[in-house]
Amino acid sequence: MQKDDNEDNAVAGNVDDKTEVLEEVAGYLAQKLPRSVLGHSIAFGDLSVEVRREDIVAFIRLLRDDLRLRFISLTDICGVDYPGRAERFDVVYHLLSPSRNLRIRIRISTDETTPVDSITEVFPGAVWYEREAYDMFGILFSSHPDLRRLLTDYGFDGYPLRKDFPTSGYVELRYDEELRKVVYEPVRLAQEFRTFDYLSPWEGTDYVLPGDEKA
Amino acid sequence: MSEVELRNFTMNFGPQHPAAHGVLRLVLELDGEIVERCDPHIGLLHRGTEKLIESKTYLQALPYFDRLDYVAPMNQEHAFALAVEKMLQIEVPRRGQLIRVLYCEIGRILSHMLNITTQALDVGALTPPVWGFEEREKLLVFYERASGSRFHAAYIRPGGVHQDLPQDLIDDIEAFCDPFLKVCDDIEGLLTDNRIFKQRNVDIGVVSLEDAWSWGFSGVMVRGSGAAWDLRKSQPYECYEEMDFDIPVGSNGDCYDRYLIRMEEMRQSVSIMRQCITKLNEPGGKGPVSSTDGKVVPPKRAEMKQSMEGLIHHFKLYTEGYRVPKGETYVAVEAPKGEFGVYLVSDGSNKPYRCKIKAPSYAHLSAMDFLTCGHQLADCSAILGSLDVVFGEIDR
Repeated sequence: MQKDDNEDNAVAGNVDDKTEVLEEVAGYLAQKLPRSVLGHSIAFGDLSVEVRREDIVAFIRLLRDDLRLRFISLTDICGVDYPGRAERFDVVYHLLSPSRNLRIRIRISTDETTPVDSITEVFPGAVWYEREAYDMFGILFSSHPDLRRLLTDYGFDGYPLRKDFPTSGYVELRYDEELRKVVYEPVRLAQEFRTFDYLSPWEGTDYVLPGDEKA
Repeated sequence: MSEVELRNFTMNFGPQHPAAHGVLRLVLELDGEIVERCDPHIGLLHRGTEKLIESKTYLQALPYFDRLDYVAPMNQEHAFALAVEKMLQIEVPRRGQLIRVLYCEIGRILSHMLNITTQALDVGALTPPVWGFEEREKLLVFYERASGSRFHAAYIRPGGVHQDLPQDLIDDIEAFCDPFLKVCDDIEGLLTDNRIFKQRNVDIGVVSLEDAWSWGFSGVMVRGSGAAWDLRKSQPYECYEEMDFDIPVGSNGDCYDRYLIRMEEMRQSVSIMRQCITKLNEPGGKGPVSSTDGKVVPPKRAEMKQSMEGLIHHFKLYTEGYRVPKGETYVAVEAPKGEFGVYLVSDGSNKPYRCKIKAPSYAHLSAMDFLTCGHQLADCSAILGSLDVVFGEIDR
């Protein structure tokens, strides 16, 4: 039992150490590029830094080249859609520093029309991630070498991962025996598309349940 | 008019070519036999997994992960389960962790066995797939006996695993280990010193370590170039910390080194499986296989039939599901193909707000142009084979 307690303490100590290291990295970044860093947070053991959109390339380059950081591996770039905001999209970058064994998350925000500077010059691996973000959300990247759609069909219209795009989509396709080719048609569902609202009504909803307006 | 007009030849590779490993379409620009430009067209298997997950509860979202890298399904589930557990801050009991590690290593063997043997097939050897698939079949039976399904297991769930393993299954997995090493030796006997295999793979698709990192490579692709980087060691999750295993590292970064690493990793996986089984059979390895938190893990059937509380939990968990605290997290596991990550954003409701799946082969395939330029056309399939791509996870 005694041993278990010690182990627990050791684990807790590690967590604190990690938070300390992340705080140190965040402080260092804020000191290096004070105008670019808008804020940072540490949650679930991850460090996320919010950065000014215009400075993203310089910021990523600093992360890669600074000898104290060495975030030399680009893990992922993705978009997140918050339709309620003025700048509805977040672009989230995940980087990894193998030498320091750290991960970092960088977030910038943009809207449908404002392009984000492409980081393909810093990380060649960003080409497909940015193409995907463009394909799925319609986020524009300036000075990207090849900003084409990637995952959706040739000639696809719309941005499927936006929250206002229906899960069922707008068109469906089938092989037409008479025309001898694949044809596109508007989606016709044999059964109504079902989304149940299972969130517990005991805790109260923030909208009017159907029928309640009569009461 | 006497001037001869020279034009590069543009060719489609796939999507129906057997060496395209699924549904890859490569548009190749060839100067004679030399590849000048390689443009992969992907998305032919795009099913909108990330969109679908946004309208499902956390438990309902889990089976989609089987359908990503369908060669090693449980490793994907594992990443999602870890992400949800991290946000809910729940602990998996020890037996659950051991079973997870055991099945993740089975998944690693499944994937590497398929890759090594089909890579051999791509460069002209027909026997290895026949030998390797026999072993894969045995492992898939272990999947089936644990979860009821050969591929789409939905076995590793947030909080633990779905069911406990029967003792005879654990014994059978133990009995599988030793003969399997013999099969590894046999396959290695066919390939490692094979003249044709070496001619097709040595010094083909060389990646320097610096390039490997900046292209976002992970897993075998960086280990082949000389980095001793394995998330199981460097950022250990579950009970990998107490497992004793080695990380094979290459020195040349070519297709042949990557083959050798995969071969050795299978042996290391067998060693990890053995350690898991020993630990499962010890008294410390007994106990529950999933968290006892009734607000996350549904009750067992018998309990549901007898206890009122169990019935309520069952009803609530299979309709409303559980709510995950607001926030975001990125969790990565060392999947057979590299770093498989899940970036989960929760808005505090019972459904993920956004779930981005970071697939290792996506980054690897995006470097196809960089890897194949200047190589012969025939090397394309050798390089593609050693990248270990699976379209379930690339197209998502």
